[in-house]
Amino acid sequence: MLKEENKIFKNLYNNLGWEIDKAIERDDWKDTKEIISKGKEWIINEVKTSELRGRGGAGFSTGMKWSFAPKKIGSRPHYLVINADESEPGTCKDRDILRFEPQKLIEGCLIAGYATGAHICYIYIRGEYSFEGQRLQDAIDQAYKKNFLGENACGSGWDFDVHIHYGAGAYICGEETALLESIEGNKGQPRLKPPFPALVGLYGCPTIVNNVETIAVVPTILRRGGKWFASLGRPKNTGTKIFCISGNVNSPCNVEEEMGIPLKELINTYAGGVVGGWDNLQAVIPGGSSMPLLPKKICETIKMDFDSLIENKSGLGTAGIVVINKDQDIVSCMARIARFYKHESCGQCTPCREGSGWMWRILNRATKGETTLSDIDLLEDVTKQIEGHTICAFGEGSAWPVQGLLRHFRKEVDKKCSNDPLIKKKKDVPYLIDQHLLEKKNA
Amino acid sequence: MSLKKVNPEQPKTFEFNEKTENIAQEILKKYPEKNKKSAVMPFLYLAQKQNNNWIPLAAIKYISKYLSMPYISVYEVATFYSMFNLSPVGKYFIQVCTTTPCMIRGADKIVKVCKEKISDKKDLISKNGECSWTEVECLGACVNAPMMQINNDYYEDLDEKSTAKIIDSIFRDKLLKPGSYRGRKNTSPENVKTINGREHA
Repeated sequence: MLKEENKIFKNLYNNLGWEIDKAIERDDWKDTKEIISKGKEWIINEVKTSELRGRGGAGFSTGMKWSFAPKKIGSRPHYLVINADESEPGTCKDRDILRFEPQKLIEGCLIAGYATGAHICYIYIRGEYSFEGQRLQDAIDQAYKKNFLGENACGSGWDFDVHIHYGAGAYICGEETALLESIEGNKGQPRLKPPFPALVGLYGCPTIVNNVETIAVVPTILRRGGKWFASLGRPKNTGTKIFCISGNVNSPCNVEEEMGIPLKELINTYAGGVVGGWDNLQAVIPGGSSMPLLPKKICETIKMDFDSLIENKSGLGTAGIVVINKDQDIVSCMARIARFYKHESCGQCTPCREGSGWMWRILNRATKGETTLSDIDLLEDVTKQIEGHTICAFGEGSAWPVQGLLRHFRKEVDKKCSNDPLIKKKKDVPYLIDQHLLEKKNA
Repeated sequence: MSLKKVNPEQPKTFEFNEKTENIAQEILKKYPEKNKKSAVMPFLYLAQKQNNNWIPLAAIKYISKYLSMPYISVYEVATFYSMFNLSPVGKYFIQVCTTTPCMIRGADKIVKVCKEKISDKKDLISKNGECSWTEVECLGACVNAPMMQINNDYYEDLDEKSTAKIIDSIFRDKLLKPGSYRGRKNTSPENVKTINGREHA
């Protein structure tokens, strides 16, 4: 269990006030000038020592990412872009950072900007968070007033400006290259990689894209040392993380805890347990909707960190935990997630655009009990054809939850498939392959 | 992908008024001069705000000239993003989140109340012309599910009763305050008093 003194986000519920003066009392902006004066190398090495992994879902080493930025600034300026387009179902951690700990983020931006050679930072906030965006703008204005931003920011000799750019309700803009496209004023459709944004990013210039939580923990890491951060959690899965626990629990909440905390402990200690008791648990989505769900048996022992979840064929993702108890129909829960992906697919790659619709339609029919057993094999086949055949990871994100459902709850799905083949019922279902057979002359 | 309906009745002209124009100039300063195209999304927001929360085609034309972009590129952006309304919505625009975390905590009940009180189909403006509702995907407040957004504000921890109360307040033109409707503090756990040995609320 995380000790109080090791907590990074002390104002997660706004008990202490978000204003800059209150934030300074909590040690934000303390020794920032000294930290920057130690140089880029030192900062990047310290972040590498801390083994901080990106908090936005992919879990890539942050120090490594920063070191990919060209060492010398050439003819093209460098940019820092913060991804605050939080739209993964089950996740609402960045919202609390933007509302209640904005100074941690802004200070992190300055340090990360210095370390990667960027003078300009864009924070891309999802359009729905207009209150949070306003709050962040107020916080930025307060920081400018104290000369923490602008020319010679914080007395460090580094000029640094922060701008907010609002999204407009597209989930796909959480993907880093789609996000860059969106800032450039295009549709948010991901780019092919390589080249990676670290070399060719925003306006064709070297760009580092990081999640809000990743950047917000950096100042504390540098103040207390990378070794301190690495001492929390376990090797390669270090530090603390904000977990969002939602769904069928008695008191859903956001809570900061050590990496590798057992899922059962997390749910029972903070979220007041599963509705109807632990035995009423059916499944848990551990890392936002795009990660495969876990059945109760695995939930008993699983530890919440990147590597243990990968071992169980799931992932930590954004650590948005959605608890589903036995009162829910698991197939309709996943059908709703499939509908989400169908709605949010950007339409660029055919397997994802068409496949996400196929998955939703089959699952939707399954919830009504209108599927046959062969439909479920077809569904599995569709997930395999999406996975790995798209430009960005959205394809995997939409296919994995369905694969997870079929892996762990095949029995429940099969129960819904008692129907005779549709052809015998003469039911008119659009998009069915053997539609033409419904007409007598073709049969 | 989302389907967008362009309103059949369109105003002939559109122009930023003085106040909007000043904001637009401020926005342009954020981006490098040769990349002023970046301002297309903020500009669409401005047009939407100026024009009763929806964007007419004339505004798309105006913005494309303003930023020296092809008309189709601006149209593309306006249709791609779900938050740009291309046909009128109510003065109070309600968006109910119905994605899985909200669904399993009873978002369908919120939808039912909206259907009864506002209009039986989504995107249909209520009889008095004040209010419309729609279903949207995850709004990023899953811990406070079920929830809905009215214009810019989040209404959280709802149930049938509180939703009905909020919608009634709209019809009286005195919208209730946003936030949690179970009286809890932001995203803190309700029944757990201490976290790591310290009281959190």
